Amino acid sequence: MRVGVITFPGTLDDRDAARAVNVGGAEAVALWHADADLKNVDAVILPGGFSYGDYLRCGAISRFAPVMNLVIEAAGKGMPVLGICNGFQVLCESHLLPGALTRNSDLHFLCRDQEIEITNTTTAWTSSYSAGEKIVIPLKNGEGSFQCDDETLAQLEGEGRVIARYVGENPNGSRNLIAGISNARGNVVGLMPHPEHAIDTLTGPSAQGLGFFTSILNAMVK
Amino acid sequence: MALDTVAIAETTPDSIQPFAQLGLKPDEYARIKEILGRRPTSSELAMYSVMWSEHCSYKSSKVHLKQFGDKAPKSDALLVGIGENAGVVDVGQGYAVTFKIESHNHPSFVEPYQGAATGVGGIVRDILTMGARPIAVMDPLRFGPADAPDTRRVLPGIVAGVGGYGNCLGLPNIGGEVIFDQTYAGNPLVNALCVGVMKHSDIKLAKAAGAGNLVVLYGAKTGGDGIGGVSVLASETFGAGGSTKRPSVQVGDPFVEKVLIECSLEIFAEDLVVGIQDLGGAGLSCATSELASGGSGGMKVALDKVPLRDPSLSPEEILMSESQERMCAIVEPEKLARFLEICAKWDVTVTAIGEVTDGDRLVITWNDEIIVNVPPRTVAHEGPVYNRPLAQPAYIDEVNAQVVQLPIPHTAAEIKATVLELAGTPNLADKSWVTSQYDKYVQGNTIQSQPDDSGMVRIDEKTHLGVAISTDANANWSYLNPYQGAKLALAEAARNIASAGARPLAVTNCLNFGSPEDPGVMWQFAESVRGLADGCLEMGLPVTGGNVSFYNQTGAVAILPTPVIGVLGVIDDVRTRTPMSFDVAGLDLYLLGDTYADLAGSEWAFMHGQRVGQSPTADLAREMRLIEVLLAGREEKIFSAAHDLSQGGLSAGLTEMVLRNSIGATIALADVGISLLSESPGRVIVAIEPSKTDALSTLAAKHHITLTKLGTTGGDSLTINDAVISLAELRTAHTATFPKLFG
Repeated sequence: MRVGVITFPGTLDDRDAARAVNVGGAEAVALWHADADLKNVDAVILPGGFSYGDYLRCGAISRFAPVMNLVIEAAGKGMPVLGICNGFQVLCESHLLPGALTRNSDLHFLCRDQEIEITNTTTAWTSSYSAGEKIVIPLKNGEGSFQCDDETLAQLEGEGRVIARYVGENPNGSRNLIAGISNARGNVVGLMPHPEHAIDTLTGPSAQGLGFFTSILNAMVK
Repeated sequence: MALDTVAIAETTPDSIQPFAQLGLKPDEYARIKEILGRRPTSSELAMYSVMWSEHCSYKSSKVHLKQFGDKAPKSDALLVGIGENAGVVDVGQGYAVTFKIESHNHPSFVEPYQGAATGVGGIVRDILTMGARPIAVMDPLRFGPADAPDTRRVLPGIVAGVGGYGNCLGLPNIGGEVIFDQTYAGNPLVNALCVGVMKHSDIKLAKAAGAGNLVVLYGAKTGGDGIGGVSVLASETFGAGGSTKRPSVQVGDPFVEKVLIECSLEIFAEDLVVGIQDLGGAGLSCATSELASGGSGGMKVALDKVPLRDPSLSPEEILMSESQERMCAIVEPEKLARFLEICAKWDVTVTAIGEVTDGDRLVITWNDEIIVNVPPRTVAHEGPVYNRPLAQPAYIDEVNAQVVQLPIPHTAAEIKATVLELAGTPNLADKSWVTSQYDKYVQGNTIQSQPDDSGMVRIDEKTHLGVAISTDANANWSYLNPYQGAKLALAEAARNIASAGARPLAVTNCLNFGSPEDPGVMWQFAESVRGLADGCLEMGLPVTGGNVSFYNQTGAVAILPTPVIGVLGVIDDVRTRTPMSFDVAGLDLYLLGDTYADLAGSEWAFMHGQRVGQSPTADLAREMRLIEVLLAGREEKIFSAAHDLSQGGLSAGLTEMVLRNSIGATIALADVGISLLSESPGRVIVAIEPSKTDALSTLAAKHHITLTKLGTTGGDSLTINDAVISLAELRTAHTATFPKLFG
C-alpha cells in the first residue's frame, strides 16, 4: 500500500505525516506540488503547514498546484484523500469538501492537546476507531474555525459526515464543534487536529492518532 | 544625489560627510581615512558605519570576551568555536549540533511583532549558514511590569511575532523564559535561540576562497527595510523618540525563509558551495566583507546586479539594507548551473553578483564605476576596539550591606497564602498563554518543552540520541553581584538539563546590558563575563559563541544586568530521560542539596519590592557533583522524576510538580518558611520508588550531596505540614494570572 504525502512550498508536517504512514504499516511516497503524476499511490495525504505562506487565504494558492488536478481527479474516482490542518484548508479551497476554515475565535494561534470524539467510523480514514471513541491529539493552527452555511451544516449532520468533534470547550469557534468532515462518499476527509503528531507517547500526547493511518490499510483502494 | 565614486573621493578630500549621523565617532572617521589613504566614498562610509557599530564590531566588549578563549577548558566536543556564525559541538554518532542565542531587543520595542519575528528569522539563518538543519527554537523574553499598559502592547505583539515566524518555519519552540521587571519597561529583552543538527562532514564556513569562484546572492529581493538597523537601533540608547525609528526595523517573510531553508539544505547536500554567509545585521556590507576576509580577501561585486524590491534604492542603501531572508554563497563556476536549478525548483530568486579575485581588496562597482575599494578585514574584523572605563557602581556596597526584611509564613493559613501567592505571581505563573501560541510538535521529535526544566529534541529516530537545552538568567542576583550572578545562571542552566539526565556539553550566551559608556554598566558587564568565563573553565564547558546587546536603557535607567546563559547537553537515549514530575502516588520525595536562608534576590524579595542583600555564592564543584548524581540516577534508573529548584524555591518547585500530572503530595518541613522561600542554588527535588531508598542514599553519599526526605506523592492536594492546598485552588492560582492580564 503506497500513500503519497504532498509537499507544497511552505508545507511543514510532511515528514511527520510520512513517518506516521510508515509506522501505520503503509509505505510513504513523497509527492511534490509540481508533480505531473501521482507515482502510482493508493491514497494521498495533504499535510499541515503554511503552504505559500497562507498569505492570500489558507490553501487558496495550493489549490492551483499541478498535483491538485490529479488529486481532484483521483478523489472523484474514490481514492482516499486525507487533508490535515492546512491540507483540510486546501481540500475546502479545492471544493473537495464544503465550508471554510477561518481565524480562531480568539484570534491567536493555538497549540494544545485536544480531546476529540470520532463520530463516523465508516470513512477510509476512521475505520480503525469505534464510534464515539475519544482520543487526545495535538491541535495547532491559527485558522481552524470551521464555518459553513446552515444548509451545508444540516446536510453534513444529516448525512453523518461530521467525522470528529471537539470535546469540551470549543477551542476555535467551529460550528457544531466540528473538528473534521468527509465528502459524501467517505473517501475524502479533512481534519483540523494532527493525528500524525500522536503516534507514540514519546513525542506526542498519546498514540491515539495512529488509527487514521491504520484505517487506510482497510480501505478499498483503486 | 550624484554617485560618489572612488575617483571622485580621491579628488574631493574635503567633502563634508555625515559620519556622525551614521553613528561613527570623529576618531573612527579619521581612522577610516587613514586606512584608505583618502576620504571614504559614501558607500564605503555606509559599510564602515554599520560594520563598526557596537552590534557588529563588539568594540566595547571584545577586550572582555577574549576571556572565553583564554580561559577555555579543554574540550574534545568543540568542532567550531567563537567567531563563525555559530559554534558547533560533537554530540556523537557522527552528529554535530550548532546553537546560538541572539538579541532583538530594540526592534521589538519599536515594532513588537516584526522585531520579534525577524529575531527568530535571523538566528535561524545563522544556524542554517553553518550547514545545519534548524530543529528547534527557544525564546527568553523579559518585559516591564506585567500590569503596565505598555506591557500589554509589547508582550502580545512579541509573542505573536515569535509564534508567527517560528510556526511558519516549522520549528518547534521548546522553551524559554518570561520575566517581568520595571527596568525592562521601554527595553523589553527578546532573545532568540536556535539549534540545528548536521553530520560532521556537512559543516560550512563563511569564507570566499578560490579566485574565479562566483559570489551568488539568493533569497528575497533587497528592499528599503532595516536600513542601518544595527547602527541606529541596536547601538544607541533610546531617547523619547523611540517609535520614530520604525523604518529601521526589518519586516519578515517566514514563508520565504522556509523555502530558503529547504532550498539551501538541498544545495548543501549536493556540496555546491565553497562558503556561505547569511545576510542579517548590516546586510550585504557584512556578508561581502566577512566572506572576503574569511578567504584570501579579494572579491569583486557588481552592486547594480542585486535584485531590488524598490528600484529607487541608492547603492549606499543597498549596502546597508537589512532586508530579511537573503543568503550569499561562494560557488564554483561549474556548479552554478545545478545551483540555479535547485533555486528554480524552490522559486527562489538567485543572481551571481560577483566573483572571488586574487589580491586582498573588496571592490564594489555600480554600473561599472568603482564605489568601494577596501581591505575587507578592516571592515569586518579590524574595527575599533575600546577599553572603556569601568567602575564598581556606588549602589553595590549600599545594597550588599542591607539585609532583606520579609514576612516569613509560620501558621497553616500563612503557608497556604504564601504558596498560592507565589504560584500566581507573574514571574512564576503558568506560561501556557504564551507557549500555546507556539507550535511545539512540528518535526515530531520534541521530547520535552515548556514547562519542563529544559527543552529536549530527538536527533536520531533509530538510535534515540537527543539534545537538551536550557536558557537561564537571574538578573536579581546579577544586580547584587554580577560575577556570582553569571556563574549561578550557568550552574542553573546546566542543572536544568542534567535534571532530565542529559550531560552538559557547551555554552552560548546573550549578554544584555545598559550603555557601555556608563562605567558602572561596563563594570557589571566585565564582572559578568569574568564570572561566566571562570565558571565555564571550572565546569569544563566551552563557550561556543554568543551575542552582546548594549544600550538597553531608556534615558539614564539601565536594565538589570541580564546575562542569559544557554547550555546544551546530550542524552544517548531520550526514552530513558528523567521526567520533570511523577505520575503515580506512593513515591518518596527527596531534596538533593542544601537549603540556607538565601532570600536576597529571591522572587519573594522581588514581590516585596526589595532588591538588597548578598546573592548566594556559586559552589560549582558541588554543582558538578550534583550533576553526576543526576546523570547516574538516570542511568541506574533510580529516579521516577527530578525537578530543578530556582526562582520561587521549593514552593514553586512543588507547585509545578504536583500540577504537572495532577498528583498531589504530602510534605513535612522543618523551618517551613525558609524551606519554602529560600532560593539556595544547587538543589533538585527527586521522586523515587520506596525500594530505591538505599540506592539513592548511596549515590548521594558517594558524591557528598545532602539528601533530605520531603514527603510522599499522592492525593488531590499539596499538603505542607498542616497546610492543605487543594490541587484545584492551586491550579486556579497558577493558571489564572496570564489570561487575566493579557486576555
